[in-house]
Amino acid sequence: MSWLTAFRAIVAREALRFVHQRERFLAALVRPLVWLLVFAAGFRAALGLSIIPPYQTYITYETYIVPGLCGMILLFNGMQSALSLVYDREMGSMRLLLTAPLPRWWLLLSKLAGATAISILQVYAFLAIAALFGITVPGWGYVTVLPALALAGLMLGALGLALSSFIRQLENFAGVMNFVIFPMFFLSSALYPLWKMAESSELLHDICAVNPFTHAVELIRFALYLRLEPWALLWVTLATLAFGALAIWGYDPARGLIRKRA
Amino acid sequence: MSLSVADLSFSYGARQALDAVTFDIAPGRFCALLGPNGAGKSTLFGLLTRLFTTAGGRIAVAGHDLDTAPRRALGAMGIVFQQTTLDLDLTVRQNLRYFAALHGISGREADTRIDAALDRLDMRARAGERARALNGGHRRRAEIARALVHRPRTLLLDEPTVGLDAASRSAITDHVHDLCGDGLTVLWATHLTDEVRADDHLLILHQGRILRDGRAAEITAGSNLSDTFLTLTRVAA
Repeated sequence: MSWLTAFRAIVAREALRFVHQRERFLAALVRPLVWLLVFAAGFRAALGLSIIPPYQTYITYETYIVPGLCGMILLFNGMQSALSLVYDREMGSMRLLLTAPLPRWWLLLSKLAGATAISILQVYAFLAIAALFGITVPGWGYVTVLPALALAGLMLGALGLALSSFIRQLENFAGVMNFVIFPMFFLSSALYPLWKMAESSELLHDICAVNPFTHAVELIRFALYLRLEPWALLWVTLATLAFGALAIWGYDPARGLIRKRA
Repeated sequence: MSLSVADLSFSYGARQALDAVTFDIAPGRFCALLGPNGAGKSTLFGLLTRLFTTAGGRIAVAGHDLDTAPRRALGAMGIVFQQTTLDLDLTVRQNLRYFAALHGISGREADTRIDAALDRLDMRARAGERARALNGGHRRRAEIARALVHRPRTLLLDEPTVGLDAASRSAITDHVHDLCGDGLTVLWATHLTDEVRADDHLLILHQGRILRDGRAAEITAGSNLSDTFLTLTRVAA
């Protein structure tokens, strides 16, 4: 019972923090919308798409990148969450959480769940705006994508959590942006299908194929069209467990993450 | 004993921060942990609150071993960190509710306890104010009230008066001394000798070692605590 009380409180606090940071919500939406409405419009003419699963007909480029942009929101939010964790640690408020009489893995999981719930809300806001511009998916797709978004959000949030445990100073966070977010996003199937990537470079294709973000995007893509991609599900589940384990290890008191600033 | 530390050692690489620190604090006592900057107070605090752990030594809070029963031990202690840990965008009550929930206390029970804790620190009237709007002294009081919500047996405070004016310092020191009258054990880390009273249990920590452990009046033996402290730490240096 006390575990659930703490869980609810941590999730509610994340939500409250989000309400207090409306700019963050807008920024999280503007980024994928610019990609969807500006970048995709330019690319539509240059990039031809064949019929590939889960699509059963030719689709516009805008339709193709919607799942990737959903992933982009989750990815950036995961990193934003990591940034705020590093900030909380430097400012001290993380200590309050870590000294609560509950297992650390549970406290971290609660924080992760809260951040993921906020990310999912943003994805739905994005999908609603995309629908206003005529970029839609099957009606039930908005429901079936929910578990895929949750799992992908947990995976990317866990990655952010793990990274935050290794970043000693806030100033180092820019490096994470350059070395994690951008390669993860661009070396994936978010913007172009993997077969298209293989045409230009087999090596890049292989890198994309092992990138967990690729599988998160494909999981979302298939779920939006009422289909399950088992291989993507397996990849994302394994990556979530691996990143989660890394985060728990990173925040282990025996590792002394906070000792330098204690 | 409310707080028992035995043979606690810790090092940052080659630098020894704590060297076989041992002490016990009896229930209901105010214990001042006095040490100059760099003495190891914050390291000791980090270990007592399990922000990090060490293989060398043992800590027990209200009889619960921090290593083998961390949840019980942490549940028995209230903590006030040196840096403020209030969420400045939340009201005082919201901050306390959040903390209560982390300890598994919610609903009416949480509100009752929050009111009682705020009353003890004369902060009830400020419950609806955002933490950001409070001055430094009131923020500290809110943090102390928060640390009492789950009715801990031991209260740990790490230099809680840093950055406060003389009046606020004095008020907070008085408040926390008063809490001991209710049976609460207090460990108060400080480098300011004027926060220690003659009847307090005093630990003098320097270069990671306990130099003196006893009643303040007995350690000073009639002389001024500042002079005693300076003499001891100079000799040890």
